[in-house]
Amino acid sequence: MRYVQGKYPLLAKNNIARGIYEMNILAPDLAALAVPGQFVHIALAGHSLRRPISICRIDEAHGVIKIVFALKGQGTRDLADVPVNSTLDIMGPMGNGFTLLEPGRKVILIGGGIGVPPMVGLSDYYREYATAISGFRDASIKILQDEFEKNGSRTILCTDDGSAGIHGFVTQPLEELLSSDGHYDCVYACGPMPMLKVISGICGKYDTLCQVSLEQHMGCGIGACLVCAVNIRRDGEEHFLHVCKDGPVFDSREVVW
Amino acid sequence: MAELKVNINGNEFKNPVIVSSGVFGYGREYEEFVDLSKLGGVATKGTTLYRRDGNPGKRIVEVPSGLLFSVGLQNPGIDYYIENELPNLLSKGTNVLSNIAGSDIDEYVAIVEKLEETDAPIIELNISCPNTSGAPLGTSCAGTEKITSIIRKMTKKTLIVKLSPNVGDIAEIALAAEAAGADAVSLINSIHAMKIELGSRRPFFHNNVGAYSGEAIFPIALRMVWETASKVKIPVLGIGGVTNGEEALQMMVAGATCVEMGCAIFRDPYAPLKIIEQMNEWLDNNGVKDINEIIGSVKPW
Ligand SMILES: Cc1cc2nc3c(=O)[nH]c(=O)nc-3n(C[C@H](O)[C@H](O)[C@H](O)COP(=O)(O)OP(=O)(O)OC[C@H]3O[C@@H](n4cnc5c(N)ncnc54)[C@H](O)[C@@H]3O)c2cc1C
Ligand SMILES: Cc1cc2nc3c(=O)[nH]c(=O)nc-3n(C[C@H](O)[C@H](O)[C@H](O)COP(=O)(O)O)c2cc1C
Ligand code: FES
Repeated sequence: MRYVQGKYPLLAKNNIARGIYEMNILAPDLAALAVPGQFVHIALAGHSLRRPISICRIDEAHGVIKIVFALKGQGTRDLADVPVNSTLDIMGPMGNGFTLLEPGRKVILIGGGIGVPPMVGLSDYYREYATAISGFRDASIKILQDEFEKNGSRTILCTDDGSAGIHGFVTQPLEELLSSDGHYDCVYACGPMPMLKVISGICGKYDTLCQVSLEQHMGCGIGACLVCAVNIRRDGEEHFLHVCKDGPVFDSREVVW
Repeated sequence: MAELKVNINGNEFKNPVIVSSGVFGYGREYEEFVDLSKLGGVATKGTTLYRRDGNPGKRIVEVPSGLLFSVGLQNPGIDYYIENELPNLLSKGTNVLSNIAGSDIDEYVAIVEKLEETDAPIIELNISCPNTSGAPLGTSCAGTEKITSIIRKMTKKTLIVKLSPNVGDIAEIALAAEAAGADAVSLINSIHAMKIELGSRRPFFHNNVGAYSGEAIFPIALRMVWETASKVKIPVLGIGGVTNGEEALQMMVAGATCVEMGCAIFRDPYAPLKIIEQMNEWLDNNGVKDINEIIGSVKPW
């Protein structure tokens, strides 16, 4: 089985920044299957559709996965209200994870806002060889910087309003890193589409491999209902591929921005 | 254990539960969860003559008690289906309803010519897709009668015509399909619906309108199944918002021989199997030995 579905105990829940929660979920079978970049599909009482949320960290030894999510609408609000020690109805791990290079390759991880969580799983893998650039609107929603640092990953923090770190967008330090002499084998990015588009352009300019994780509204989460379309150019032709099954990770050169 | 077998036009269904078109692709993905041989049947993704990429932009959103969607019939085309998907599905020990869609009569004809060469036993003729441009043929009695009679003459396969709820009187449309030789009718397809993003004043879907499926449409579907089943003599397949065994049984009491369930599977991939169990449990608890006894057993006031 590539994925499982079941009710898994919620071990811990923390409000880690304004409107942002982390949850640790005991799901040994799911954790054993998961790789960084995959997501879980969570059912909530009173909602017809599951909510897709990236897997932030996988602790296979303890059978625990961590998710981090922002309150957006009723679904994520209801998710945040689920009490610790009760269970969550989860399907996963869904989608294809990031393609990993051998450990020791130098990589850049870029997260914009709530796109930061899936970068932590990559930092767990690349450790001190990763540079994590994170961008937030302001300091009140800054998350997960300690996690990168504990792994020995270098962190570069940016805020749109200058309330923490560099005043500006993540694309500025990215361009500086790529134009400096240090060679990077891959850039991984998750966040808003306009940010990913600019990152993709910069990586193209420096001829650096770039993997982006995309979002789309979902139904089944496994490739059956065809609602999570994204325009991808492959074999010289444009296709509507599906984020849940063909993604969420794509080579940035294939995305029709 | 009650007898769950039902029959439509000589096709035996081991139970009345069919997964409806569009939520299940060609069965490969959900097979991770559901043993297809346990299902009464599988209706395939609506398939057209040539590959279609479907609609751009967002295609689904949750609304109260259901969802809106606008896929625009993305599918790989009938040749691909016949070559790569149909043989696999036919080997699964369940009834396969090949759901087909066209934008005009010529397209339906060309699809059926190709299907006629195959072992596909059942065609579900979707004349009611809400998410492509142009009024579907199935919104008028004349259009329904015309397309049904043309396809009827071409095929010996079991012909189920899938009806749109976006009409004044669905039973009249069903009568037109029956008169033109349909072996059964399935209803309902999804209900035309809309969502607007206030900030941008833009409709949520690029196609402006979408289609409503899910719990909310069950009472509407049930009413339409009842009205239709009390007029036509051919079997009716009930579709719309079914999420549990008791709702499936209500469809049957209203006159449905089979029940198709669609988007409930998104929440619970095991839903079709659970519905079969729940139906059986209700029948056992209520001393009904054979499910056929309840079909059309409604006692109207
Ligand atoms: C692969 C993937 C990974 C994701 N990972 C995370 C994560 O780690 N942390 C996090 O906070 N968010 C993540 N998201 C976004 C998250 O799914 C949405 O924020 C959430 O579904 C919103 O639900 P809601 O009911 O609170 O909001 P509403 O806006 O009320 O939702 C209405 C409907 O739209 C859907 N929807 C709204 N926004 C999105 C979106 N951006 N993507 C997909 N569906 C959406 C909802 O699922 C729901 O069906 C991810 C999305 C995808 C596709
Ligand atoms: C995502 C999605 C795609 C669908 N695609 C098709 C289709 O291709 N052909 C068709 O006849 N019906 C299609 N339908 C309609 C369903 O088969 C069904 O008639 C409708 O959803 C009502 O049932 P439900 O409320 O149980 O989902 C689709 C429904 C959904 C939710
Ligand atoms: S959500 Fe159903 S195909 Fe992606």
